[in-house]
Amino acid sequence: MAVKKEPEILLKASKINKSFGNFNANKDIDISIAKGEIHALLGENGAGKSTLVKIFYGVLKPDTGTIEINNNEVSISSPNSARKNGIGMVFQHFSLFPALTVAENILIALDTKVKFRDLISEISKLSNEWELFVDPLKRVSELSVGEQQRVEIIRCLMQNPKLLIMDEPTSVLTPQEITNLFKILKRLAHSGCSILYISHKLEEIIELADQVTILKSGKSIATINAKKTTTKILAETMVGKEITSLKKVNIKSASKDIALELKNLNKQKETNFGISLKNINLNVNYGEILGVAGIAGNGQVELMEILSGETIANNENEILLETLPIGYKNITERRQLGIEIIPEERTLHATVPNLTMNENTFLTYFSKYYNTNNIISNFLNNPQNSIIESQKIIKDNDVRCPEANPLANQLSGGNLQKFILGRSLANNPKVAIFSQPTWGVDIGAATSIRQKLLNLSQNGKAVILISQDLEEIFELSDQICVINNGILSKIMPVDKITAADVGLLMGGKLETDIELETIK
Amino acid sequence: MITFSPRDKVSKNWIIIGPALSIFLTVFFGLLIFAFLGYDPLETLYQIFISPFSRIDRVSDIFVKACPLIIIGIGLMLCFRANVWNIGAEGQFIMGTLLAGSFALLFPNVETKLLIFIMIFIGFLGGALWAFIPAILKTKLNVNEILVSLMLVYVAMLFIDFIVRGPLRDPMSFGFPLSKPYPEGALVNKISFPGIGFLGQLHYGILFIILLIPFSWIFMNKTLSGFKINVLGAAPKAARFAGFNQNAVTISVLIISGGLAGVAGVIEVSANIGQLQPEVSFGYGFTAIIVAFLGRLNPLGILFAGIIIATVKLGADNAQMSMGIPKVVTGLFEGILLFFLLTGETLQKYKIRWSKVRK
Repeated sequence: MAVKKEPEILLKASKINKSFGNFNANKDIDISIAKGEIHALLGENGAGKSTLVKIFYGVLKPDTGTIEINNNEVSISSPNSARKNGIGMVFQHFSLFPALTVAENILIALDTKVKFRDLISEISKLSNEWELFVDPLKRVSELSVGEQQRVEIIRCLMQNPKLLIMDEPTSVLTPQEITNLFKILKRLAHSGCSILYISHKLEEIIELADQVTILKSGKSIATINAKKTTTKILAETMVGKEITSLKKVNIKSASKDIALELKNLNKQKETNFGISLKNINLNVNYGEILGVAGIAGNGQVELMEILSGETIANNENEILLETLPIGYKNITERRQLGIEIIPEERTLHATVPNLTMNENTFLTYFSKYYNTNNIISNFLNNPQNSIIESQKIIKDNDVRCPEANPLANQLSGGNLQKFILGRSLANNPKVAIFSQPTWGVDIGAATSIRQKLLNLSQNGKAVILISQDLEEIFELSDQICVINNGILSKIMPVDKITAADVGLLMGGKLETDIELETIK
Repeated sequence: MITFSPRDKVSKNWIIIGPALSIFLTVFFGLLIFAFLGYDPLETLYQIFISPFSRIDRVSDIFVKACPLIIIGIGLMLCFRANVWNIGAEGQFIMGTLLAGSFALLFPNVETKLLIFIMIFIGFLGGALWAFIPAILKTKLNVNEILVSLMLVYVAMLFIDFIVRGPLRDPMSFGFPLSKPYPEGALVNKISFPGIGFLGQLHYGILFIILLIPFSWIFMNKTLSGFKINVLGAAPKAARFAGFNQNAVTISVLIISGGLAGVAGVIEVSANIGQLQPEVSFGYGFTAIIVAFLGRLNPLGILFAGIIIATVKLGADNAQMSMGIPKVVTGLFEGILLFFLLTGETLQKYKIRWSKVRK
């Protein structure tokens, strides 16, 4: 039997501890990354992944613990010193200036002085070598998200890194772009650059990684050979229990009655960095879930605002509730008509963090306490009025509160989402519109939220689900459409379209370019 | 680099120890500075902190001095809670005074006190109009309200100067830039207490504060309008989600705070000056910004903050008069006091972290 060569260790971290106040984000984490290895870091939201990589990149300082690179102990005090130690990082949220060109963005991040002309040829060389195609003289605001990510990667490669950290790189990409990225990452690893890859998507990790370290509540609970495991094992190790599956009842109460309809809706963008909505046609029936897929920043925010009434349509007839034109109605009036909105941002949009639950209930309930004849009681309409309702929402939805009427910022993300959902659903809406309802909540809470969406449609309500999570879209929706650069694709039944087709639509292909099985 | 991070919870003890420590440090540095400059330090401190309380008429003067500060401060509270930065209360004070005063001068012989009530209304209008300019520019054209409201202060100052030197100058003023005296009906009288008579300069304007403080508390805490202001200041997107009209709130708070500054001007001038002159305000509109923040943007706090600031201002005047201490020195002392009070309050809520400077 041949003796297997022990892989050379590039980075070894021991007993890393980091706490914020009373919260231990990282507890005694050990991890070692071999040279040329793709090492995945897996964990639920809040498991401590980001904290750990921020420590490696010098953004945060560990409370205790040591980091060794090539067997020498190092202290990484800033991103600058991380780069000097050969560590580069691509953040989940890009740090590019939209108004500058690609080359300018790379120039300002360089630690050494370079002539601009040399820089451009250097960028072209790197981008050809690694198939990271991007025009160095284009403005970042004109690039797609996938291209922006390439710029970030090139920026790291300029420093000849030994370790490249990628924080949830695929959350903003189409399936085709993901395939491309994986090719590049594998080539990079093959050439000797180690990659620390953060994700909560299991299939990706199995496909890409060599080793996977699983974090749970700040501790590293296992390091597994990714080539010899399954998604089920990974998921159960990550969550720590068996995962219950959704109960999808096949007998649907879907009717042919249209609940909400958008007709040739156009809306100019309000700022340079917004997206204009172009000729949008959409309809959703009672008893049906319509999934709107798309990469972030393609008009979902604008679509949500025009559906909610936070922005008003240009023409009253562009939005119909059944047959009633509601384009000019504001969000309060639409709420009264039975349209409920669950926005993507839980704090600062759906709730105010430093107000109590009672006050946050009043936020969307205040119009209920109007009495057209009593001017004084309308003037004195205050959060006191919503105490009973807020306590009922908390009780009925099992919102775990540290005290009877806590501030919204005292609740965990999952509990706050339960409250927000409960607050909307207590109004018994006809139409419920969700944006990224399970973003950032743990798998248990996500399952219960998805179940609630299914229950809504089974009870004959119309549901619109705007999500970047394709798995979620396919799992829940009856009809699917895709938004790209402010243009909405045709609506197609879920069993007539594949994830690959949706991916192409997300990437900007037109329906006519794709051979769909059927087009109505 | 210095970074401030919020404390997990504010210690109960520090709520008392904090301000006490601030006062102690102020006194300590005050003593040092006065001693260093050759003034009797204890005597100076006595003049600044104790002498305003030494006689009942002096105590009532504290309230007279605090009156405009509190009225303006309450108005600014509405703006600052809504994250609208009205820095121009001084200009709104002047314009309110000027409009109401010009109106009063149209009726040289009116004795009925109905006139002063009409003037208060017109003063509100004048201040509100002046604040409406930044309001409309902010909501329609997205122009920064800090710059507009501040610059309009200087426009107002020059405008009143022009008016009292020109159109409204009293021919009998021997060339001084003064208007004719207000008619009797335009004056706010001093309060005459039965058996005691007048208490210093204490005037009926104080009644306005007694009404304003509870009313503004109810407005902020028990009405939908107050709730809208709080939500808009804390989370503008959540205000939109609730369906609150952001522009309407912005315009309203600017109009109300401008109006209150105008009312403060009418009361101040009708009680203490009795005619228009180039300088009707002595920085009340700017000092009230400090009062609003020192009072933690709540009505009772603003009442106390107004009294503290007025006390120190009067004490500083006393020290100037009785000991000949220059105004800059007492001004320095006021600065030290504010520095420690505001620092103390910030450190109660935040902790400081020093981190290495990044290249």
